[in-house]
Amino acid sequence: MSKRIDVSDLNVYYGDFLAVEGVTMAVEARSVTAFIGPSGCGKSTFIRTLNRLHEVVPGTRVEGKVLLDGQDLYGPAVDPVVVRRQIGMVFQRPNPFPTMSLRDNVLAGIKLNNSRMRKSEADDVVERSLRGANLWNEAKDRLDTPGSGLSGGQQQRLCIARAIAVEPDVLLMDEPCSALDPISTLAIEDLIAELKENYTIVIVTHNMQQAARVSDRTAFFNIAGTGQPGKLIEMDDTTKIFTNPGEKATEDYVSGRFG
Amino acid sequence: MTTSTEPATKPPGRPRRAKVRPGDRNFSWATRAAGVLILIVLAGVAAFLVREAIPAFRADPAEIDGGEGFFAYVWPLVFGTLVAAFIALIIATPLALGIALFISHYAPRRMAQGLGYVVDLLAAIPSVVYGLWGIQWLAPNVRGTWEWLADNLGFIPLFAGPASATGRTMMTAGVVLAVMILPIITAIAREVFLQTPTLHQEAALALGATRWEMIRMAVLPFGRPGLISGVMLGLGRALGETMAVAMVLSTGGFTWSMVSSGNNTIAAEIALDFPESAGIETNTLIAAGLVLFVITLAVNMLARWIVARREAFSGAN
Repeated sequence: MSKRIDVSDLNVYYGDFLAVEGVTMAVEARSVTAFIGPSGCGKSTFIRTLNRLHEVVPGTRVEGKVLLDGQDLYGPAVDPVVVRRQIGMVFQRPNPFPTMSLRDNVLAGIKLNNSRMRKSEADDVVERSLRGANLWNEAKDRLDTPGSGLSGGQQQRLCIARAIAVEPDVLLMDEPCSALDPISTLAIEDLIAELKENYTIVIVTHNMQQAARVSDRTAFFNIAGTGQPGKLIEMDDTTKIFTNPGEKATEDYVSGRFG
Repeated sequence: MTTSTEPATKPPGRPRRAKVRPGDRNFSWATRAAGVLILIVLAGVAAFLVREAIPAFRADPAEIDGGEGFFAYVWPLVFGTLVAAFIALIIATPLALGIALFISHYAPRRMAQGLGYVVDLLAAIPSVVYGLWGIQWLAPNVRGTWEWLADNLGFIPLFAGPASATGRTMMTAGVVLAVMILPIITAIAREVFLQTPTLHQEAALALGATRWEMIRMAVLPFGRPGLISGVMLGLGRALGETMAVAMVLSTGGFTWSMVSSGNNTIAAEIALDFPESAGIETNTLIAAGLVLFVITLAVNMLARWIVARREAFSGAN
């Protein structure tokens, strides 16, 4: 189920503007990789290239290679829609479909893949996904109510349930806790620790404590100045990044001297 | 909702009251006056219609146009009004939906702006011009189509022959109305589709939805209440449209056939007959106007009910 990602020499553009330059990194399977760095350094832009969501904004493009277990996601014959079915994503703000019930939200991805599914099968998927997202106990009695009736933290777990319902190879999380209160954040972090057993997880976070708590490997991105492209400064085991980083900029950032 | 400015328990001695600023007070009064004015106008129109219509309801049936009383007179007109508007909606709604989606989600940005502008321009054409276009160009050109319908689908009463030789039929009037209401529905649908949160569209895309699947999952459900409002506004215009129908349609008595001449709508009937009416005839026409007023009101209430029914799922919260 979980696969590794190898990125080499990736440049990301918005029109003519080079937003992220020359990223090369390896993301291990069944682990949590955190991206940290100051605002505007291209973390979110970069994570969106891993499921080819970057290119839905008109005028954007990507150069370089992203290999998912050796298969190039940017190969000429690759359909971005298929890529996105293999790589799930959770966004900064919880975004369950407001016009769908909890149940339909969880099943949304499945219905795209194969339209026909027996009700009992669908019930199983809903329960398994909601249990996987630690939401089953809170949601089981209100599966037919709209997703927008949940609290922010519950909505975010619903989005995680929706993403894992299709059993993706990789789960990308773009600041999944930045709109949540500390208790909901804790719930999501616990969930990430459980999900790592089965999924490759990449998480963008502004919260360095969070990166230190949940991740195995950490990548530090930085930007030289406004208008300059973001770059990957260094990537290493999380403990090393936070205790004994190789670069001065990383040390300044994790010790709170800037950013 | 009313809020009390008085504290629940008054502190002893001096009662304290929030200072009312003149700007706030004036603005509040101005908006209230505007709101009340609308109600007064509406009530005034309704009162006028009812007062002038009553003689037609009470009159001796023999005095009413047709000689069989008001309801025998008005029901073919109601039928004509509803059918013409219905034909217009059937044609215009899918077309408007397609144009709006093309502008909001498919067309390149520069083309979308131009196209949106052209559609808005359609709304600026006066209805009398649509009427001229309907008589001079559309009716002769669609005549063959109606003849074909009468020849091949004539067993359906709606297409029973013989087809009109001039082409000035209910179907033609419906097509003209469709073109007239197209810009309203398109403009509203386009605006609501453009307002679909990027967040929800990306949620669908990230699940591996194609563009069409994303539109079905995120854009259409989100835009549904707005789309219904747009359709109802279009329907309101189609029900009340006078000039174009009066010009295009070759009016006559009731017939099921939509491809031969005959039938009429309430608004066109009033416009055509009012200048030469007197006495009870005038009251009859005003009573027909009252019926139109009630139909339009009912359509709007129906639309609100449809929109409100699934409010929890609307995405507004």
